[in-house]
Amino acid sequence: MSVQVWTYIMVGLTFSIYIGIAIWSKAKSTKEFYVAGGGVSPWANGMATAADWMSAASFISMAGLISFMGYDGSVYLMGWTGGYVLLALLLAPYLRKFGKFTVPDFIGDRYYSKTARIVAVVCTLLVSFTYVSGQMRGVGVVFSRFLQVDITTGVIIGMIIVLFYAVMGGMKGITYTQVAQYCVLIFAFMVPAIFISFQMTGNVIPQLGMGGTLDNGTYLLDALDGLSTELGFHEYTTGSKSMIDVFAISLALMVGTAGLPHVIVRFFTVKRVKDARKSAGIALLLIAILYTTAPAVAVFSRINLINTVSEQPYKEMPSWFSNWEDTGLLKFEDKNQDGVIQYVADAQINELTVDRDIMVLANPEIANLPAWVIALVAAGGLAAALSTAAGLLLVISSAVSHDLIKKVVKPHLTEKEELWYARLASVFAVLVAAYFGINPPGFVAAVVALAFGLAASSFFPAIVLGVFYKKMSKEGAISGMVVGILLMCFYILKFKFGFFDGGLEAVAGLTTEWWFDISPEGFGSVAMLVNFIVAIGVHWIVKKPAPEEIQQLVETIRIPSGVNKPSNH
Amino acid sequence: MKQEQHILYWKQNLKYLLILLSIWFVVSFGFGILLKEELDQFQIMGFKLGFWFAQQGSIYAFVILIFVYMRLMNRLDHKFGYEDPEENN
Repeated sequence: MSVQVWTYIMVGLTFSIYIGIAIWSKAKSTKEFYVAGGGVSPWANGMATAADWMSAASFISMAGLISFMGYDGSVYLMGWTGGYVLLALLLAPYLRKFGKFTVPDFIGDRYYSKTARIVAVVCTLLVSFTYVSGQMRGVGVVFSRFLQVDITTGVIIGMIIVLFYAVMGGMKGITYTQVAQYCVLIFAFMVPAIFISFQMTGNVIPQLGMGGTLDNGTYLLDALDGLSTELGFHEYTTGSKSMIDVFAISLALMVGTAGLPHVIVRFFTVKRVKDARKSAGIALLLIAILYTTAPAVAVFSRINLINTVSEQPYKEMPSWFSNWEDTGLLKFEDKNQDGVIQYVADAQINELTVDRDIMVLANPEIANLPAWVIALVAAGGLAAALSTAAGLLLVISSAVSHDLIKKVVKPHLTEKEELWYARLASVFAVLVAAYFGINPPGFVAAVVALAFGLAASSFFPAIVLGVFYKKMSKEGAISGMVVGILLMCFYILKFKFGFFDGGLEAVAGLTTEWWFDISPEGFGSVAMLVNFIVAIGVHWIVKKPAPEEIQQLVETIRIPSGVNKPSNH
Repeated sequence: MKQEQHILYWKQNLKYLLILLSIWFVVSFGFGILLKEELDQFQIMGFKLGFWFAQQGSIYAFVILIFVYMRLMNRLDHKFGYEDPEENN
């Protein structure tokens, strides 16, 4: 059977599973809609969190990015896993004990202030919308390459599926589809990785194969360092970023991960505080399977790519080469007219441009794996993108229906009405996301940095202070969040958009002016520190510690026993 | 009495956090970034050590840290009688 037929079978099969689960798990109350009734088992929540977290970026782009960045790619590996340690130790257990529905719920109640809640809602919406548009794009890319439909149709098909189970099932539907999606995506990621590892090094475990030897006895990584320097690239195991920037980006991604509302809210769904800790561990374990394999895949595919194309005649390229040329993600331009591909670092001589996003998707083809494996990767990419999109849409809809409408605009809403608003809000969110998926803003990369930066510079300090500093006042917390966010936005506008220096063309020239040599991607760590300093400073100056009953509330959050089901008070 | 218990429990929790977060910092920012070049002089199997920590070791350590924290806290909850029964809901 051809790749095409296999892809239809795999995608059709997985999609029917998702829809089946959605019908089975229809949400009947707001409690079920927002937090799946608060009765999800730690394993199910761990799997759902892992699928929620691992997006199209983790599945499709990350290994590709690393294979071009080498050591510098470590920022993603450490940054997107280390955040779970912070989450498990500093946030998840306490937020579960607090036991409401959303992150703005916590900020609003802990800081006894509607203003704080609204600031939190604005941040939530900003972070989640920027994030979700990237996911829809991922869906479009997979559809257009593997099902030969155009990207717009791909996005619309994806949207209908998500709409179906997110609107009907709410958090409950999303959780159980995400469990299925985790299984699909991890299987789809591991199978080709194991195949290729065995092919190249004779070791079936990619994590070990990465340190293995080639047929001629040289270590894989040494061989790759050699190849890279020969072609003029930097040595693979040594980076080209400055140490302080690697440090700052890793920290910003870690803290940003711990502050992302769609990740935090997953820990509201388990039964007890104990389960929140356990499911954070399980989630990271399941994530680590992919994250420790990705750098191996990066090495394998880099070597395979170089060996396949470098100094080889264009006419003898295998069929995957022209397939990807058709999508425009792979380009060959024969500058010296010799019919041979020169793939080198020097832009004047280099004739091949490879989009980093295609490495994972093209990897099985480059390694000549069977058709069903290639189809599996397509289904996995879709699972990764859809699961994350659904989680984000839920956060958006609950921020609107619960935090904005129920808590601010119309406090007397009945539960039934609120449920309708929640569904309406998710339909609206899906439509906006679809629009961005079809007409992606040209600055997707810039906004993703912004999403992590915003989460790092707003939520993380506010929640940590809220739990660990019980006298912390609303004045301090609100000023910290506002200054943190504004500083982050300013930095992105200045150094990612060239807003103050004459537009995007100026951006490249501004890199020498970065504060402390830190790139906009890493600036979230600085903005986070500033948030902490401003919050504590203002708190000391204003001298109005949190009222007694709030301090009592913090005391109870710190003790794990006596968890109630999340209530709509 | 109850108040004192709360304080004891919280202090012990903070102590665990301090220790575990120090390890978190050392394996990632320490071994993977700040000391990377020094550690790269050692090669184990096919890996330079600093590079291995940055792309593999730190992640394994993160997983272990969370499970260790879970164990420690479960024991602490048990000691102080702060557990919720299985059929709480």
